[in-house]
Amino acid sequence: MSKTVLLVEDEPNIIEAISFLLERDGWTVRIHSQGGDAVEAVARVAPDVVVLDVMLPGRSGFDILRDLRSEATTKELPILMLTARGQTKDRELAESYGVSHFMTKPFSNEEMLGKVRELYAASVDKS
Amino acid sequence: MVSFNILVTVAVIYTMVLFGVAFYADQRARRGPSRWLRSPWTYTLSLSVYCTAWTFYGAVGNAARSGLEYLTIYLGPTLVFLAWWWLLRKLVRIGKAERITSIADMISSRYGKSPAIAVIVTVLSIAGTTPYIALQLQSVTLSVAVFSDFSAETGGSDLNATAFWLSAGLALFTIFFGTRNLDANERHHGVVTAIALEAIVKLVALLAVGIFVVWGVSGGISETLRAIESSAVADWQPSPSRWTSMIFLSAAAVICLPRMFQVLVVENSDERHLRTAAWAFPAYVLAMSLFVLPIAVVGLAVMPSGSNPDLFVLTLPLQLGQEGLALLAFLGGFSSATSMVIVASIALATMVSNHIVVPIWLNTRPAGASMSGDMRHVVLLSRRLSIVAVLGLGYIYYRTTGGSTALSAIGLVSFAGVAQVVPALIGGLFWRGATRRGAIAGLLVGFGLWIYTLFMPAIGAFPVSMLEHGLFGADMLRPQALLGFSDMDPLVHSIFWSISLNTLAFVIVSLVSFPTPMERLQGAAFVNVFERGDGAVAATGGQAEAEDLLVMSQRLLGAREAQTLFQREATRQGKAGYLPDPTPDFINLLERELAGSVGGATAHAMIAQINGQASITVRDLLAVADESAQMLEYSSQLETQSREVEKTARKLREANAKLTALSVQKDAFLSQVSHELRTPMTSIRSFSEFLMEGGMDEQAQARYAGIIHEESIRLTRLLDDLLDLSVLENGQVVLNVQTASLRDLLDRAVSSAGLDASKPNGLEVLRTVEDEGVLLKTDTDRLSQVFINLISNAQKYCLSDAPSLRIVVSQSTDNVDIDFIDNGLGISPKDATVVFEKFVRLTDQASAGSAGLGLAISREIMHRLGGTLDYVPGQGGAAFRVQLPLVRVERAA
Repeated sequence: MSKTVLLVEDEPNIIEAISFLLERDGWTVRIHSQGGDAVEAVARVAPDVVVLDVMLPGRSGFDILRDLRSEATTKELPILMLTARGQTKDRELAESYGVSHFMTKPFSNEEMLGKVRELYAASVDKS
Repeated sequence: MVSFNILVTVAVIYTMVLFGVAFYADQRARRGPSRWLRSPWTYTLSLSVYCTAWTFYGAVGNAARSGLEYLTIYLGPTLVFLAWWWLLRKLVRIGKAERITSIADMISSRYGKSPAIAVIVTVLSIAGTTPYIALQLQSVTLSVAVFSDFSAETGGSDLNATAFWLSAGLALFTIFFGTRNLDANERHHGVVTAIALEAIVKLVALLAVGIFVVWGVSGGISETLRAIESSAVADWQPSPSRWTSMIFLSAAAVICLPRMFQVLVVENSDERHLRTAAWAFPAYVLAMSLFVLPIAVVGLAVMPSGSNPDLFVLTLPLQLGQEGLALLAFLGGFSSATSMVIVASIALATMVSNHIVVPIWLNTRPAGASMSGDMRHVVLLSRRLSIVAVLGLGYIYYRTTGGSTALSAIGLVSFAGVAQVVPALIGGLFWRGATRRGAIAGLLVGFGLWIYTLFMPAIGAFPVSMLEHGLFGADMLRPQALLGFSDMDPLVHSIFWSISLNTLAFVIVSLVSFPTPMERLQGAAFVNVFERGDGAVAATGGQAEAEDLLVMSQRLLGAREAQTLFQREATRQGKAGYLPDPTPDFINLLERELAGSVGGATAHAMIAQINGQASITVRDLLAVADESAQMLEYSSQLETQSREVEKTARKLREANAKLTALSVQKDAFLSQVSHELRTPMTSIRSFSEFLMEGGMDEQAQARYAGIIHEESIRLTRLLDDLLDLSVLENGQVVLNVQTASLRDLLDRAVSSAGLDASKPNGLEVLRTVEDEGVLLKTDTDRLSQVFINLISNAQKYCLSDAPSLRIVVSQSTDNVDIDFIDNGLGISPKDATVVFEKFVRLTDQASAGSAGLGLAISREIMHRLGGTLDYVPGQGGAAFRVQLPLVRVERAA
């Protein structure tokens, strides 16, 4: 079975770019574009890595992150957060909630792919 | 001889002239203030509605029977106007401050807006006025009969038919000119002007007959005086008790008769008019009474014995062959009768509708009825039906008692009936201790005694045995000799008992009962009306939802008036848009505005219904405490000081909050700009990297290049919008002012918005092109930009199966409003306040496809063009109003 990434993002073009990038590398990419029930989607899909946008319709990525970190099953799940707002205090907030990595848009494809691989590898090592 | 047909023709032509005058005056008033419509002379002449057919014809009859007693009917009003005009000024001032619609509303408002009092006074007024209306109908039919007798005609003079058509015609006139506006406090210019004209006609007619009698018949002033000296009239001895009673009655009547209250207080357009009326009205009344005695004396000498002296004004010229003069006299009597009936039925219909019909209608509805249904139509319909009912009642009364002598005494009986409100009214104006219970007790006692001792005997409703031996044979209860007071004149007897016991009950019950806070507030507002800046203390202050209030007010005042009022108040509170905070001041103001339409008690109940509170808040109680008489001055000083302190503190708080908000806004704005720029850049960077790697098929290449292209356009558009907004906000924009017709601009905007109505769910634009013929002088490109933004917003966000957008254009003197109303779900009040902020999108980003700057830019544009762009709540779907000052431009040839 191939490794699964859950991409929580609402911009169609960005979804297409990240999907193309990861699928080409052998990942199964599942998409979710709503903030409101993103926590439930994580439980259903049980991905290996989550790529989470901050500004989502329904609910902010910060709130989703906090919820995921308070659940035993997703406490250690690799979560890569993306933001287009690019303010330092956003990064600090995400880190205080326990984000695995925080990345500012726009990113290079190489950087994105490298980070997903790295986070996955680290989580496999830990377990 | 004047035939019946000629008479009818003259009456019909005269009535048509009245219609014409009333119509012209109404039209003139609509076009703005007019000097003669608002002149003190029109006001004074309209007061002459006091002189009815009963005085026009009856004064001569009275003089022939009782000598100078007729003068009392003129002395009472003269006393009030000369000596007590400050009392009238107080009534007028309160009438305006509280937007009083009738005498019943006045008294009810004073006693805590009590519905019970309103109903009692209304019933009392109907009981007093109905016979009086019947009397007017009778006077007209009698005067018609006089002509028929003289011309010895038999056919064609069905008097009942005359009375019926007269009532119907009057109902028509009254409905047409009396219920054009819903707000009873808005003046009926047409009616008042017609009444003023009738005042001139009746004065001229009576003077003409008088001059003819003195110089044409008697042969001069000294001869006339000699004739008076030698006639039986000169032997007549005045009865002091009867004179006192009559002067009291007529003085009370000039204030309390529903029709007098209507012209004196409700129709008054300027308090200063009272200064003129204070001497001019007594002068008018004096002129009306000048020739009464000569006509009576000459009539007694010239007319065959047994002639009805009540008709001398008419029969004397006819007897002496002066047909033209007789016709003029007929018109004078006709004027006196019709003006009374018209004003009385407007006044009564307002009371019946406001205090009986509308409250019942509201009660039979489920809670919150004021929010649904078209209240305006209900109120107007109820007022019109009430007019028909009042006149119908008068006609039925005339048919059942007509021709009997009972009617001729009814004038004074009516006066005595309405005089029963004097203790409650005058007491309420000057005595703060007067209470609602006291007023009710006094009114009921006085009303009951009046019915028992005067009204029932006068209309012959009691059998003789009862008059002679009392109720149940109890001697003490004889209607015209209570407790054995048998030597008195029946009128004096009734007045003595009813007014004194009425006053006694009023005072005693007031002293032992405790007023509710609402009564104390209103009591203070009425008694101290000259000391207060603007009327009553706020009596409510609950959690009324401004939008609910707006919806209700639109139903009562009309959409435009209500919106103007709400917008003005919001601006005064420093808020944009149409929803002011429901502060006590605002609620109070709104209540008074609505009172103009439905009366104080009903308006209070309706607002309380929405406000979710039936009585009084802690704040009100504090206000009452502040009102305590001894503390008044001291507390007002304190109040001023603490208000100053509070004001300064509030300004500081506001400034601080503004700074904090600005800083937060700046951060939020930077975040937003960053987000809007970085998002398309993310796609561009990612896909361009894929393309740079190479090695993919042509189809994928084309697709990725397409995405890059699309996203760069999105970036450009965002930058354009940001620059546009920045230029507009910094005021660096140069306006390119051109003249164009609104219709062309809307045409252009609709076609530029790229609508496709043929698509399923395509937006349909509904316009009323006739209203769009307005020439605008403004930056037409910028204005079009606003229109296009609003239209394309409707296209994007209106979620309806058959989405449509109505574009409604309306004009006032200064502004043109262009409303864009879609049939979607509308915007919640919470969102309506943020929708104009930058980067706000109420729906998901995906369906919007823009940065959320459109409305922010549009509002800035409107600001630069000197207009406004606001969200208008409560219109069904989402509604935006573009308002532009109207610069009148000469239409090009």
